[in-house]
Amino acid sequence: MALHRIQLTVNDELEQVDVPSNMTLLAMLREKLTLTGTKNGCSTGECGACTVLINGEPVNSCMILAVECNGAQITTVEGLPQDGKLDPIQDALIEAGGVQCGFCIPGVLISSRALLDRNPNPTEEEIRLALVGNLCRCTGYVRIIEAVKQAART
Amino acid sequence: MKSDSYVTAHPTLPKFDYIKPSSLQEASQLLIEHSGEARPLLGGTDIFVRMRDGDWEDKYLIDVKAIDGLNDLSYDSTLGLTIGAAVNMNRVSDFPQVRESYPVLVEAIKSVASYQLRTRATIIGNICNASPAGDTIGVCMLLDGVLNVFSDSGIRQEPLKDFFQGPGETNLQPGDIVTSLQLPIPPNGMVGKYYKLGRNKASDLSIVGVTAIGYPDPELVSGFRIKLALASVAPVPLEVTEVETLLGNAKITSQRIEEASQTAMGACTPIDDVRASARYRKLMVKNLSKKVLTDVFSALNDR
Repeated sequence: MALHRIQLTVNDELEQVDVPSNMTLLAMLREKLTLTGTKNGCSTGECGACTVLINGEPVNSCMILAVECNGAQITTVEGLPQDGKLDPIQDALIEAGGVQCGFCIPGVLISSRALLDRNPNPTEEEIRLALVGNLCRCTGYVRIIEAVKQAART
Repeated sequence: MKSDSYVTAHPTLPKFDYIKPSSLQEASQLLIEHSGEARPLLGGTDIFVRMRDGDWEDKYLIDVKAIDGLNDLSYDSTLGLTIGAAVNMNRVSDFPQVRESYPVLVEAIKSVASYQLRTRATIIGNICNASPAGDTIGVCMLLDGVLNVFSDSGIRQEPLKDFFQGPGETNLQPGDIVTSLQLPIPPNGMVGKYYKLGRNKASDLSIVGVTAIGYPDPELVSGFRIKLALASVAPVPLEVTEVETLLGNAKITSQRIEEASQTAMGACTPIDDVRASARYRKLMVKNLSKKVLTDVFSALNDR
């Protein structure tokens, strides 16, 4: 199995990585770039814990090969804060008490950021639909949804 | 700090070689050369799940997404909609002419998994995977969708109505590459609906899916042509053609719709599986067919 040399931008930094064909973007982020904020939950594209932005669009990083991301712009949870300040959605989630174990949160943050980027004033229904692919097993969704509403107001 | 060793995460993908050809000829040649151990890669949302489960053991994945033309999405006032094989579902459902002229396709797309999965998943992949549960297949079938297929012997067209042979089985041969789906302009005054029953409201595969479209047709006794397709209740995505006849040949009444729903129940051949029993599926086909046919008929009358 040959290695592929790929170049991509991760959280505004240009990276060059050698990846085998069967390495997912998720594995590359965690194991080659040690960006362990992105989590591996179900490995089947259902739980959303591994959600990252690729060229601004949310994708399950367990369901795309690293080699397919050659030339892409990737944003992970580590890339959300700007100039040392948390993203408004991060502040809102803390404020609303939407975090318990925290495992789903990197994916929730990325999906919420993507939603607010494409729709700055979502309805509750639109928020719920945008987060269908992000499963939380402890806090529940009420406070997460509150946080997205709060972030939309800021 | 960067680690150099690749520690396998669980459950990892088996070994294969990823190849990204830049032409259809090259892709087709590779698929023929490695027949039986290679498949075309679009979004991968089915492939990676099957490979991780050990169901599929392909040695080569041929990524066809960079090939010219496969990313095209266009609408033409005579040809209708052309969806390139590599166009993801979110792009289709955001396309202004799709929202305007094919709203039932948008409904079907939005029932597939989650937003972030639909960034990867494609309509053509959903069709070629030929799962009886494919959410977007019914509407494409009822709208007389036709696939454009490239092979080393030329380009041919495959109408969706005759395309499916069994679960995962289609008319495609090794070396065939579907380049696009053609969806004709919907008839004037068409309404359509897709109802999906899953174990939860969010992102599950369907237990039963029903698609119905209807439009005025003065040549029919009832004045309306109404078609019904079913998902997850037969070896292939199933159009129940008797429904079109039943609802065309006489005035449409609630009794007539009841009869059509009973016919749909009789036409399907579901199995027991992890999602539901065959008996439950049959009864749900009847109930959901009644609901979707009633709703389509009343929407037609409201126009």
